[in-house]
Amino acid sequence: MKQFQYIRPATQQSVLDAIAKPGVKILAGGSNLIDLMKRGVTSPDKLVDIQKLPLHGISQNLGNVRTVSVGALELNSAVAEHKIIKEEFPLLSMALNAGASPQLRNMATVGGNMMQRTRCTYFYDTTMPCNKREPNSGCGAMEGINRMHAIFGTSDKCIAVHPSDMCVALAALDATVEVKSKKGTRYIPFTEFHKLPGDTPQLDNTLAKSELITRVIIPNNHFAKNSYYLKVRDRASYAFALISVAAALHIEGGTIKDARLAMGGVAHKPWRLTAAEQFLKGKPGTAANFEQAAQLAMQGAKSYGHNDFKLKMAPASIVEALSKAAGLV
Amino acid sequence: MEDLNNGLGADNQHEPKENPRRDFLKKSSLLTAVALTPGVAVKAAESHLDEKVAAAFEKMPVNITVNGAAHKLSIEPRVTLLDLLREQLHLTGTKKGCDYGQCGACTVHVNGQRVNSCLTLAITVDGKKVTTIEGLAKGEELHPMQEAFIKHDGFQCGYCTPGQIMSAVACIREGHAGSEAEIREYMSGNICRCGAYPNIVNAIQEVKNGGQQV
Ligand SMILES: Cc1cc2nc3c(=O)[nH]c(=O)nc-3n(C[C@H](O)[C@H](O)[C@H](O)COP(=O)(O)OP(=O)(O)OC[C@H]3O[C@@H](n4cnc5c(N)ncnc54)[C@H](O)[C@@H]3O)c2cc1C
Ligand code: SF4
Ligand code: FES
Ligand code: FES
Repeated sequence: MKQFQYIRPATQQSVLDAIAKPGVKILAGGSNLIDLMKRGVTSPDKLVDIQKLPLHGISQNLGNVRTVSVGALELNSAVAEHKIIKEEFPLLSMALNAGASPQLRNMATVGGNMMQRTRCTYFYDTTMPCNKREPNSGCGAMEGINRMHAIFGTSDKCIAVHPSDMCVALAALDATVEVKSKKGTRYIPFTEFHKLPGDTPQLDNTLAKSELITRVIIPNNHFAKNSYYLKVRDRASYAFALISVAAALHIEGGTIKDARLAMGGVAHKPWRLTAAEQFLKGKPGTAANFEQAAQLAMQGAKSYGHNDFKLKMAPASIVEALSKAAGLV
Repeated sequence: MEDLNNGLGADNQHEPKENPRRDFLKKSSLLTAVALTPGVAVKAAESHLDEKVAAAFEKMPVNITVNGAAHKLSIEPRVTLLDLLREQLHLTGTKKGCDYGQCGACTVHVNGQRVNSCLTLAITVDGKKVTTIEGLAKGEELHPMQEAFIKHDGFQCGYCTPGQIMSAVACIREGHAGSEAEIREYMSGNICRCGAYPNIVNAIQEVKNGGQQV
């Protein structure tokens, strides 16, 4: 690892001052950043450890619009185990528990999880071309081993996927991200936080370098009873998703009043299945309707060879997640 | 000031000797920095590390309690907790498997929570309590989980075992040892090349069901 300076400011203002400068990176749990620094994928001159900032805690806002706020430094393990999250947002709890390992979840923070980089092996291997690591160097995965790669929203520059499980649930739950900079506070809808690769695969999201994620706000919903996070992977646990599906249904008297669906492991960002959601609204939660919703969700999918199997696995996973959420299986 | 120098001495002693000149340069620039740094900055360094301190020090002061013993050390920010434990404190019970968060061999407890020490910068553990496999036994008396691993043959080569045991203790403390399936899921962050998994699960179940204090 290259040498770097380390600071641990006690105030948000000093953090915002420090991160505005070039070569500086925020350090939260370190479980992704230290890994990337060890491999030389990134080599910041200075780390700004934000653990002293008061960005912990989970709290309920019981105003007109009921919400729950989760601090950016709250640990993935703590969020997953929290009473409010388990009871009212079980989808988030399930997604978090499907990610990484218990040890890593004790290190991983909410903000860090959102900002984690892709696990594309070419991105990690500094001897290989990768447009995300080094713009315009080419893409090793396009014609290389791309089993883990995207089938939606790809560009000719990059076909990587965003690896997070937590983010798939937060996209489905219509969360909002609060970010701060010296200019003030900004709110970003979760589905607009991460971006597609387009011509700028080096950018994973829409956060400016000078901005700090402070918390995530989740609106209350009626999905608690009928939620399911399905993760399909190469081994039963402690592996990244080949495909994951976050399914949340509001069912009353057998009819789907509202639906939220998002997929992981298929795109450069958590992939919301809005056409499928629309289709399901007002229909009974039957296997036949879930099949149709899954077919709708697959429109525009494109595979790259090793990941052809995802074209079949994705719709099957959508049907399974919906069936589990609805209690059919 | 004096303590800081003591800390320095202790750790420089164990640095590799291949490059004495570099060592000398490091040490002398560091000592100059220490000498030129007013006591106030050293105090500041110990409570919170700001820009001034980062600029003045190549190594930084940390206070870490390991297995009950307080250590005042001076370390480079890039040193991981795993390397600090093994290379500087000579606590080699904690193993380096992958060094990238993928195997769990380096699992230790920081303030009672299990973490991967290979992805933890030692400097971030400033002011915290670390427990390693060496800290579980009480003198000659093994920890119940260590006893159970022996009884159930919870290992073959033993390389993953310290990490497994640290995880197993945490697994019970967290309340995640309710069933075989739950144990397997919550032990999934510890890979065993020898495949001792069934015996590890048995060991954990015995300690859990025995209701012993872990
Ligand atoms: C072996 C392994 C397996 C894993 N498996 C999974 C998995 O199955 N599913 C999954 O979802 N994840 C998985 N992970 C990834 C893990 O979830 C992330 O490493 C973790 O969430 C990152 O959080 P952190 O706090 O440690 O971030 P850090 O490593 O500290 O930071 C990551 C990035 O976020 C930035 N950052 C952190 N906080 C903020 C903030 N508040 N504002 C702005 N920027 C910020 C940092 O600058 C850095 O660029 C795995 C990791 C490993 C090592
Ligand atoms: S898919 Fe993206 S991250 Fe992977 S090699 Fe290509 S450009 Fe890099
Ligand atoms: S050595 Fe830390 S997880 Fe493998
Ligand atoms: S006992 Fe050999 S790796 Fe687990």
